[in-house]
Amino acid sequence: MRTTSPTEDFVRGIWKENPVLVHMLGLCPALAVTNSVANALAMSGATFFVMSCSSVLVSTCKRFIPHEVRISAYILVIATFVTLADMLLQAYAPVQHKELGAFIALIVVNCMILGRQETFSAKNNPFRSLLDAFGTGIGFTIALVMMGGFREILGTGSFLGYSLFGPSFEPWVIMVLPAGGFLTLGFILLAMGYIEHRKKAKTGKVAEVLS
Amino acid sequence: MSDQSLFSIFFSAMVVNNFTLAMFLGLCPFMGVSARVETGLRMGLANIFVLVLTASAAWFLNTYILESAPYLRIISFIIVIASLVQIVEMAVKKLSPVLFRQLGIFLPLMTTNCAILGLAIFQTNRGYGFLQGVTFAIGAGLGLTLALVLMASIRESVEFSDVPGIAKGTGLVLIIAGTLSMAFMGFAGLL
Repeated sequence: MRTTSPTEDFVRGIWKENPVLVHMLGLCPALAVTNSVANALAMSGATFFVMSCSSVLVSTCKRFIPHEVRISAYILVIATFVTLADMLLQAYAPVQHKELGAFIALIVVNCMILGRQETFSAKNNPFRSLLDAFGTGIGFTIALVMMGGFREILGTGSFLGYSLFGPSFEPWVIMVLPAGGFLTLGFILLAMGYIEHRKKAKTGKVAEVLS
Repeated sequence: MSDQSLFSIFFSAMVVNNFTLAMFLGLCPFMGVSARVETGLRMGLANIFVLVLTASAAWFLNTYILESAPYLRIISFIIVIASLVQIVEMAVKKLSPVLFRQLGIFLPLMTTNCAILGLAIFQTNRGYGFLQGVTFAIGAGLGLTLALVLMASIRESVEFSDVPGIAKGTGLVLIIAGTLSMAFMGFAGLL
């Protein structure tokens, strides 16, 4: 296995290997709860909490988990922390808890969390796993807040509940409806593809000139 | 217990609140196996089967066991789903090796399909009885199958058209999904 520095563990998940925008993991919550920035923040917070706790626990206990039942063991660990997150949100952010509804429980089946346990925490020490979980969590938050921002601004003309454009703004209602979620993520991916394409074309030209 | 009629539960789960296109559940298989109509259809059918089993199991758990310990709901649901998927996998392997080969990796992956856990949780939150739960599961499963097959047919024909280089891949699939989702919004007035 290629060794990486702790900084790399942390930075990797934020943009270059962003779980949502690059690896297409955790799409269900990314699309379902991003109709407003506040919901996106609550969702990312809960996911962040669950992922950091389970990463640390899994990497601490990795020697005691038999290889054959590791996936079930990871899911159990994740489900425990999701139950905790569910109760915490219910106690401290009841509005968001109601808005997110079943999607908090569905953090259990977020493939991004399970994926990090399987590919990283099961092989590395708790500190590195925590760094990795932080990085991936921040990447997830960036993706969700970006989508939530686009959808809330276009769909209701406000940001975090504050009106931006005044009463003359005609809200683009489709953006806060389910179809808008698919379209927003689709257009973000198209834009990223375009930037990537431009970069490649530029470096390609430089290579041509050099040769 | 909820007093919704079976027909309205079925119809609402299938088209109006389609699991994939309106509630974003089960997106991984929707993106992953929707390249061919045939695989999409098989995946959908396997989903219906597991969904119905899950709905029955969730009803049983809710009625007889979880009443005294509701905080164990998420954990017990996911364990039941994981074991159910395992049992179904073994049964299919024994009874029909051909079908087992056709389904391949999609069968074990169903454990982490949010549509399955989502169904169990929605069913609990809405307080459905046994028959209502099973109807809900069949409707949701048919809805998933419908979305998968529609998506697969569109993707099969898009393959032959000239798409700009940057749009190839997931971006295009998502925009097609958005358009499909808009089309399904038309059903909203039905119920």
